[in-house]
Amino acid sequence: MDKQLTVEVVTPDGQIVNDVFDMVVVQAEQGEIGILPNHTAMISPVVISTARLKKDGESMKVAIGGGFIEVDDNHVTILVQSAETPKKIDVERARKAKERALRRIKQRRDDVDFRRAELALKRAINRLELVGEDQK
Amino acid sequence: MALSLRGIQKKIESTQKTKQITSAMHMVAASKLGKSETSNSAFVPYAEKIEEMVRHIVLSYGEHSHPILIPRRVKKIAYLVMTSDRGLAGPFNSQVLRKLETLINERHRHKSEYTIIAIGRIGKEYFKNRHMPVLRSVTGLPDHPYFSDLEDLTYDTVQFFIDGEFDQLELVYNYFYSAISQEVVVKKILPLITEAEVDELRHEMHSPFLFEPNEEKILKTLLPQYAESLIYGAFLESKASENASRMNAMRNATDNADNMISDLRLQYNRARQAQITQELAEIVGGANAQQG
Repeated sequence: MDKQLTVEVVTPDGQIVNDVFDMVVVQAEQGEIGILPNHTAMISPVVISTARLKKDGESMKVAIGGGFIEVDDNHVTILVQSAETPKKIDVERARKAKERALRRIKQRRDDVDFRRAELALKRAINRLELVGEDQK
Repeated sequence: MALSLRGIQKKIESTQKTKQITSAMHMVAASKLGKSETSNSAFVPYAEKIEEMVRHIVLSYGEHSHPILIPRRVKKIAYLVMTSDRGLAGPFNSQVLRKLETLINERHRHKSEYTIIAIGRIGKEYFKNRHMPVLRSVTGLPDHPYFSDLEDLTYDTVQFFIDGEFDQLELVYNYFYSAISQEVVVKKILPLITEAEVDELRHEMHSPFLFEPNEEKILKTLLPQYAESLIYGAFLESKASENASRMNAMRNATDNADNMISDLRLQYNRARQAQITQELAEIVGGANAQQG
């Protein structure tokens, strides 16, 4: 397998990853998808989850918020509202965000607030899980 | 010459202190402006990419039934106005507030026809004090915002639009042309496109992408996210404008303080010279009197 994938993870706060990998695994809405070189051009939504970027048997994990993946000519762009490598995750902040979201879900003021809290909770749990700090 | 020597001295000292503060604020604003420009450029790749995706999908998808795309009869317009939390930023806040107030007075006769979403304490209080409807507001945003700082507001705003709380969204903010030029712009962002634009898009080439699971599902998540990114982009512009405007205001204040100090020095020297002359005259007068 000579071909590789150029992977970019792009967020509104800047580019998080820009490197070459052998395989990309992301969580799409309908389930996990793995992308290997020479994949057909595709666009799909990705959910709040951990993306795995594999190279030489090692896998790099990135916590991603909701967004999209685009594959085009061995160029993979993961376009998400937030993304962090394990080192960049602020555990304290994620934990606080989780508590706050739980509190808001319990209060359940209105629908918009509820949906938002739910998303915030998912993101916080996702981050904590990636660094292995989430005791339920 | 109303002031005594001591009085002028005091005034010079206090002006100097003010100058120290304004010149420090100038430096701070300048460095913040630098950082703002960095976050602006960090945002560019995201903005370009998401716009490209939207185009791809809108091209290949025949039905444009998503509420974000389609213009509907406008009963209520929401204005998202971007101001700062603190003053001392020159015309930054006043010009954007004045613009919006004029616009509302021109366009609307009744409070039910519009609503305001305010970023920044100054904008929020301005419209609340005038008893104008403020649907949502956010204050206390950091100087170097991340997307997550504004996420709640952008999410709510787009949801409000989808839920029919209002039928059109316009942003009113300071566009950052350069460090010395910022201008208030009013930009309609929702609905995203007009019918004419849809037709125009369709004349372009067909998209080569496979959409998983399908276009409609993707549009449902992509479009709100795109709209949110537009708001965030405008906010970054506004933040850069704020820092630039504050920087210029503080530089002017420092220059003014310099002028004032040099005027006061001149006054002080004149007063001192006058005092010396008077003392001499008194001594000479005294000596003359004794001789006489």
